[in-house]
Amino acid sequence: MDYINALVAFTNFVLVPGTAYGAQLALGALGVTLIYGILRFSNFAHGDTMAFGTMFVILITWAFQGAGISAGPVPTALLALPFGIALTGLFLIGTDRVVYRFYRKQRVKPVVMVMVSLGVMFIMNGLTRFIIGPDDQRFADGERFLITARNFREMTGLREGLAIKTTQGITVITAVIVVVLLFWFLNRTRTGKSMRAFSDNEDLALLSGINPERVVLYTWLIVAALATVAGTLYGLDKSFKPFTYFQLLLPIFAAAIVGGLGNPVGAIAGGFVIAFSEVTITYAFKKVATYVLPEALAPDGLAQLLSTDYKFAVSFALLIVVLMFKPTGLFKGQSV
Amino acid sequence: MMQLPVILCGLGVLICIAVVVLAERRKQIVLRDSAMFVIVACLILGTGFQESWNSALFILNFGLISAIMALGVNLQWGFAGLFNVGIMGFVALGGLAAVLISAEPTPGAWAAGGFQVLGALALGAATTTLAVILWKRMKPGRVRLGVLLTVLIGGFFLFRGIFDPAVSAIEAINPAQTGYLGGLNVFANEATRAGWMTVVAWPVGGLLAAGAAWIVGKTALGLRSDYLAIATLGIAEIIIAVMKNEDWLARGVKNVSGLPRPVPYEIDLQNNSDFVERAATIGLDPTTASTLFVKVAYGLLFAVVLVIFLLLAQWALKSPWGRMMRAIRDNEVAAEAMGKDVTARHLQVFVLGSAICGVAGAMMTTLDGQLTPGSYQPLRFTFLIWVMVIVGGSGNNLGAVLGGFIVWFLWVQVEPFGQFVMSVVTAGMADGSPIREHLLESAAHMRLLTMGVLMLLVLRFRPRGLIPER
Repeated sequence: MDYINALVAFTNFVLVPGTAYGAQLALGALGVTLIYGILRFSNFAHGDTMAFGTMFVILITWAFQGAGISAGPVPTALLALPFGIALTGLFLIGTDRVVYRFYRKQRVKPVVMVMVSLGVMFIMNGLTRFIIGPDDQRFADGERFLITARNFREMTGLREGLAIKTTQGITVITAVIVVVLLFWFLNRTRTGKSMRAFSDNEDLALLSGINPERVVLYTWLIVAALATVAGTLYGLDKSFKPFTYFQLLLPIFAAAIVGGLGNPVGAIAGGFVIAFSEVTITYAFKKVATYVLPEALAPDGLAQLLSTDYKFAVSFALLIVVLMFKPTGLFKGQSV
Repeated sequence: MMQLPVILCGLGVLICIAVVVLAERRKQIVLRDSAMFVIVACLILGTGFQESWNSALFILNFGLISAIMALGVNLQWGFAGLFNVGIMGFVALGGLAAVLISAEPTPGAWAAGGFQVLGALALGAATTTLAVILWKRMKPGRVRLGVLLTVLIGGFFLFRGIFDPAVSAIEAINPAQTGYLGGLNVFANEATRAGWMTVVAWPVGGLLAAGAAWIVGKTALGLRSDYLAIATLGIAEIIIAVMKNEDWLARGVKNVSGLPRPVPYEIDLQNNSDFVERAATIGLDPTTASTLFVKVAYGLLFAVVLVIFLLLAQWALKSPWGRMMRAIRDNEVAAEAMGKDVTARHLQVFVLGSAICGVAGAMMTTLDGQLTPGSYQPLRFTFLIWVMVIVGGSGNNLGAVLGGFIVWFLWVQVEPFGQFVMSVVTAGMADGSPIREHLLESAAHMRLLTMGVLMLLVLRFRPRGLIPER
């Protein structure tokens, strides 16, 4: 029995990737939940917004790389990120002006807005494929690892290695910074407070003189930032493929609903709940088990609860359980 | 040079558009709707004259299937206002049914592990049911939680213990060709492949889809409308994941090909001297004649199914049941106050609509002659159907059918059209310039863009669709 090695293996294969993935999902879910809370519809174009923003970041990264600008050990994409956010923000505000505003003025039912977001989803998906193509793109550069498995083994003398990719470290740090900024904005600034007031009670907010167009504008800008950051981090950590981003819609929505739609704290919690469940249930525990269990009990197979192809099933099952027992989510969200 | 018939078809389209506009002004609804369908006919005929009759019939056949899917979605959305984004899953289940019913059984697979797999699945279902019963019967508290966890975890490992060896036994049988349970087509022998079994598979596809829809509806209906959307989105992904990975069921991504079919094979027709002679009298070579014959035969079969569903849907729309559904859709609270069981009615219409999608899915797999789980994409099989319903006119069955044809036509034809536009745009650029290469390559993605623009335009300027609900 060798608990330390088991713990290291568990950290290496479950804890570290789960944390990074959770941070990415949390950022995505924050975007969905903000749109739901303030604009009051489920935005089906969110996965494609992430892909769209990431596409800008990738293009600018390539331009930087071509011009010989780099950020040293950290990926160049981080330098490109602000530009990507700005472009995505402009695009989203443009879509709002051209598409969404018309329906908002008419006060249509939320489901009509969802339909409209389907149309936007098609357009964004088409544009992404049109500009950058449907294939995998890798754009990570700089140092690959913070700690390599080999260095860790030499440092500690353990049999198991612990590798932390730079992208994983950057994901967590960036996510923390973004979340802190977001909550500071929502809780401390005048605009943020008016956004929360608008989300809590639209009519009351309008009566007290809050300008709805301004609230909507800021919401789209924040959503653009969140989506682009989430997409870029995911792309750095794994790889960029438009279709994968589209498929992220399901875990992101699951995270937002599990946490409670419209509740930012819930979105973060939901993101980590979904990510850790996915990674834990689809991880082959053979390695961990061989350290913890006596030899006679060691598993023959991979000791994997479900094959990784069923990761969607995990978010789905969690979603159903939450829907059945706590329809407003873990943290109380809106239930309109 | 364009031939005369193509020009005539184009003229027909223009005239019909004029008729539509005029009829719309004078509120001559029947004339307007007929003119719209004539436009579709002209478009398809034009394709036949311009490209080839094979591509025209391809568009027609898939248009028929799309129209059936759109009818199913229209039942859910147009009649009842249910937002189902899991159409892909129900369509794929229909396809699975086509394999399970019409493929020939794998010799020895059932003996090797088929019954064991079924037993394991039954055990899994029993565990879930037991857990649900325990949840309902026992008092809330730690004891219930403990018992439930024991039952669920124990049941899961027991299930894997029985299931896994059976699966490896089945997949070990001739993995290159079969390696799966095979279908139930026991009528196939050396003399015949019993192609009529594929037609039997169509209603079975509906049943499978209905079963899945019942489970989803039971959990997600009665909650908020967006929750049904997310739940269906999830179930569709799971169904595809199961079909991709459970090789024992339908070979997974190794695909099942060469399914029997309800119409003759081209090669048999070409070897039939009678057929060759008749083809010669209308001036066709045997190969073209046989492919056209097969496609026309499929088209007729599909048209029969479409007409049946259309008549049923029209009847349902006009019946008291249809009025009740629309009343529920327009005001749930009022309908509930009138004593209507809203959740039960929603479940009913959700299951019915999904079943229609399942039938269409089985028909599509029959037409393809193979099941390729890797080819199911939500944009193509879920959201495109939504574009059809929205563009055609939600709440109107004829509108859904029209939308199915028009949107499918665009989906197919936008790509060559985009290629044409790009080649014109890039004509002035130097050969091999990277921008030119990129533009030519990207033309294939024009179709998603077109669908989005089309959907937004319709939602904005004609929100009730081409043929609005009456």
